[in-house]
Amino acid sequence: MLKYRLGSSLNQPLSSRTFSRGGLVVKALKYDEELIKTAHKIASKGRGILAMDESNATCGKRLDSIGVENTEENRRAYRELLISAPGLGEYISGAILFEETLYQSTKAGQTFVELLNESGIVPGIKVDKGLVPLANSNGESWCMGLDGLDKRCAEYYKAGARFSKWRSVVSIPAGPSMIALRDCAYGLARYAAIAQDAGLVPIVEPEVMLDGEQDIDRCLEVQEAIWAETFKYMADNKVLFEGILLKPAMVTPGADCKVKSNPTQVAEYTLKMLRRRVPPAVPGIMFLSGGQSELESTLNLNAMNQAPNPWHVSFSYARALQNTVLKTWQGKTENVQIAQEALLKRAKANSLAQQGKYDASGEGKEAGAGMYEKGYVYCESCITNVTVMFDMLSPIKKFTCNT
Amino acid sequence: MSLSNLEIVARYLAAPGKGILAADESTGTIGKRLEKMGLKNDEETRRSYRELLLTSAIGGSISGVILFKETLYQSTESGKTFVKCLVDQGVYPGIKVDEGLQPLEGGLEGETWTKGLENLAAMCAEYAKVGAKFAKWRATIKIQPGGPSEKAILQNADELAQYAKICQGAGLVPIVEPEILIDGDHTIGRSQEVTEKVLAATMAALWRHGVQLEACLLKPQMVLPGAECSDPKPSAEDIAKHTLTALRRTIPPALPGVMFLSGGQTEEEATVNLDAINRMARTTEPGCPWSLSFSFGRALQHSVLKFWSSDQSKGLDVQQLLMSLARANGLASRGQYTGPHPTSAEGSASLYEGFRGWRADQITS
Repeated sequence: MLKYRLGSSLNQPLSSRTFSRGGLVVKALKYDEELIKTAHKIASKGRGILAMDESNATCGKRLDSIGVENTEENRRAYRELLISAPGLGEYISGAILFEETLYQSTKAGQTFVELLNESGIVPGIKVDKGLVPLANSNGESWCMGLDGLDKRCAEYYKAGARFSKWRSVVSIPAGPSMIALRDCAYGLARYAAIAQDAGLVPIVEPEVMLDGEQDIDRCLEVQEAIWAETFKYMADNKVLFEGILLKPAMVTPGADCKVKSNPTQVAEYTLKMLRRRVPPAVPGIMFLSGGQSELESTLNLNAMNQAPNPWHVSFSYARALQNTVLKTWQGKTENVQIAQEALLKRAKANSLAQQGKYDASGEGKEAGAGMYEKGYVYCESCITNVTVMFDMLSPIKKFTCNT
Repeated sequence: MSLSNLEIVARYLAAPGKGILAADESTGTIGKRLEKMGLKNDEETRRSYRELLLTSAIGGSISGVILFKETLYQSTESGKTFVKCLVDQGVYPGIKVDEGLQPLEGGLEGETWTKGLENLAAMCAEYAKVGAKFAKWRATIKIQPGGPSEKAILQNADELAQYAKICQGAGLVPIVEPEILIDGDHTIGRSQEVTEKVLAATMAALWRHGVQLEACLLKPQMVLPGAECSDPKPSAEDIAKHTLTALRRTIPPALPGVMFLSGGQTEEEATVNLDAINRMARTTEPGCPWSLSFSFGRALQHSVLKFWSSDQSKGLDVQQLLMSLARANGLASRGQYTGPHPTSAEGSASLYEGFRGWRADQITS
């Protein structure tokens, strides 16, 4: 019990720009309270994000791999399969949609947005307009989409979206060059400010791609750089850190690096990067899987959650949640239920991993199948990832290397 | 994962329940204080005052003491080095390495930069040889209409980062001090805004210069309204809220400790506010990944010096006062301070018995 209380309690509000809310001082902008609430809802214990925002072209590739035609109806049917999986909301707190999907409904006529909300899953929307070549760089890209973003975000909010995603990339083999690094960070910061203004929690995704021969130390260096730049520009743009989510790549060796790593090492390096660059005000860090196998991405996430972290450390997986689902479904109505079971199985595994409680025994071979296009595969004999050449679109077989 | 020596020192300095005694007043500054108390500003007076501090049994609540250069090389009356006095009770010796503030050309009025980078590498090597384990460098930022200027923020942040990098290279843990001065009539909200900006710039500069955050400490001020602000005085909880929000937005978890300075507060205010910050940090999301402790100069020495200068024969009692102040702040750094404060009427009265007839609040200078 404090015996000495200095000053009087404020009867008046604090300065006109700030008010306090249970330990937090918030800038009095329109959506701030809602943004913080939404961010915390997504970054809730035992839950993560299902990324299902593949563009029509990319979705087409996925459907093609199981011999299904890329039509709007097939895309709709596949997305319905995913989000109507019973009990999905126990493991999934948010679903990132492509624009087309945001306006679609179930066969029975219920909007996807409504179904998601009923299941306790926050609807999100991809808002960037894709990557294009960056002039005078080392063959690098920049991400388009700032023009008219404010209006698009306002529309999406009206349609029921409450968070957004923008994916920019960084290539280590290309340098990365300073201009590419800075543009990536700057574009993300401007997007984040605009999204928050429109009531959408921005997921900030500067993907440091897996491509290359770089070792894990070099990856750490580049990751620290991109996050330092991104936070700097976000602060300049007055982004509210309590109302954003991050979507980093884990810190790993490049796909062609001769020295492989294990989940313990990935966790150590990734947590070191986060601890050095991410202030605790950020509620959640939702990792991308970027070419890791289903099993690997779960193991790595689990390793990162063996001790309490200052932020929610979770997943925002696309391929690592959908790979087996697709292969199980094969486009056939009679397979919908078992495909949904496959989804729930992976979602549950990652939910356990988020709590540091995942146990890998009992995983099927499918989970270990690699997805990286150049042939980055999980080998069952040396329990590590090895690089082989294979065509991503052909069915993945069980793989053992010859070491 | 093994820790480097520097990381171990940094973590020890920021250990739970402990903080830093800042006793690094320059000859000029300590001289002014001694003279104000009616004492002579000569080397022997300074030495004997510092002996009093450094031979107190403060190791239970003090992890490190920042010294001025002169003091680092001094010894007790009986010839034991001050460095040894500290090390023997598990306290790390530290050293102030900046050479003071200079007016900033091209900045606003009253803005400064900090001198001292030129010779720093060589000086640090010297100090490390004598036994120093950490260093401190103070930059100041002034809030005023139209300011602080970008130039002031960026240049001071950059100098702090250069200093920190050199220190780590020489085997010293750098304490990075970007003090936002309390002078002015700005509100606590404005103070928070500027604090976030300054701390973000400081963290960015540290990264740019390759400073290892895990082996570095921060010494900011708490977020307070300006001394001439006309709003009603904020409660300790208000101060805690504003301070924590600013820190949570800017300081990555890798930094082991945030050691607050006490500038502009009374001894009691500093303890009570530190305690409120720690209580709130532990009971609100998302907690606090760094230690929230103290690096106090005046808040540990003001009454001590006042008492000692009024009667230099009462050495043991003066040391008792210092120890109880250290203990109070150690508790505050855990959010477990309960008062009464050793400098209050009630607090002094309760120390009265063992102190053979003095009361800290009744000593007039």
